[in-house]
Amino acid sequence: MVKFLRMKPGHGEILLAEGDPRLAEDEERLVEEFRRQLDEGMWAAVPVTHPGSGRREAQMVKEYADIPPDSERVIFFPRASGG
Amino acid sequence: MLLALLALALIAVVLAAPMGLRRASAWRERRRQRAARTAGDGFDLELYDPGRERRAEQRARELLRSCVNEEEWAMYRDLGFIRVAGRHARREIDRGARPAYAYLVYPHKPIVAYVPESGQLLSEYCVEFPDLNGTGGRHRLPASDDVLAKWMALTSDEDRVIRRANMHLVGRQLDPARVRRDLWRLAEWERRRGGRQQVAQRQR
Repeated sequence: MVKFLRMKPGHGEILLAEGDPRLAEDEERLVEEFRRQLDEGMWAAVPVTHPGSGRREAQMVKEYADIPPDSERVIFFPRASGG
Repeated sequence: MLLALLALALIAVVLAAPMGLRRASAWRERRRQRAARTAGDGFDLELYDPGRERRAEQRARELLRSCVNEEEWAMYRDLGFIRVAGRHARREIDRGARPAYAYLVYPHKPIVAYVPESGQLLSEYCVEFPDLNGTGGRHRLPASDDVLAKWMALTSDEDRVIRRANMHLVGRQLDPARVRRDLWRLAEWERRRGGRQQVAQRQR
């Protein structure tokens, strides 16, 4: 199961979609939501842990196919701009 | 003479009257429309909730905690910022355990680049993550979400976020003395933490 979360002002994160990417029906819904978020100008990242070192970092995903297969969540957040 | 001036003033008033009436009428119409809009949308207006931002921040903290490692979380909890190692190294010697440079990530403040070895401050990167689709005029993420967004951007695609940021010498938005004090606090925090971990290991 993978969850699509989005950071939202005044809310914290909200759940956008949830589903099993191995099921065609769920995958279709997830792909649609993924594209919609990117169209709205969001960036998407997957938090990952390196198996050996245990180091944590994020992996930016620009397409649905880039999401690592065993990911539990994808976090959408507004894109950076110069402040 | 006085009579002539009075006559001129009267003529000016008569000539300006239609314009004034038109403006007053337009103002009344705008006021009426605004009142109608407010009455129509009355049920859609969000009521002010004083605890909302606090709850949002609480959720954001939980999300941050679940993404970063234990040390980074403890750093944020205790000191209010997170250190992220820089990925680029100019020399082979810089590819050791200690990064050649690192960033201090503060909530809703510029990212500060510095040299961990010497404590030299390099630059500050002003960057925001404004949600332009935010409702009710809210565009700013909760503080911990802002830190997480910076952390994700730096650890996944450092070059992209740095390219988008406005770079300045340290001191434009942040007080260099305060940043140096934070670096000292960080060093002390790590020293104490290291000491505690050694004691815990000895007790096992």
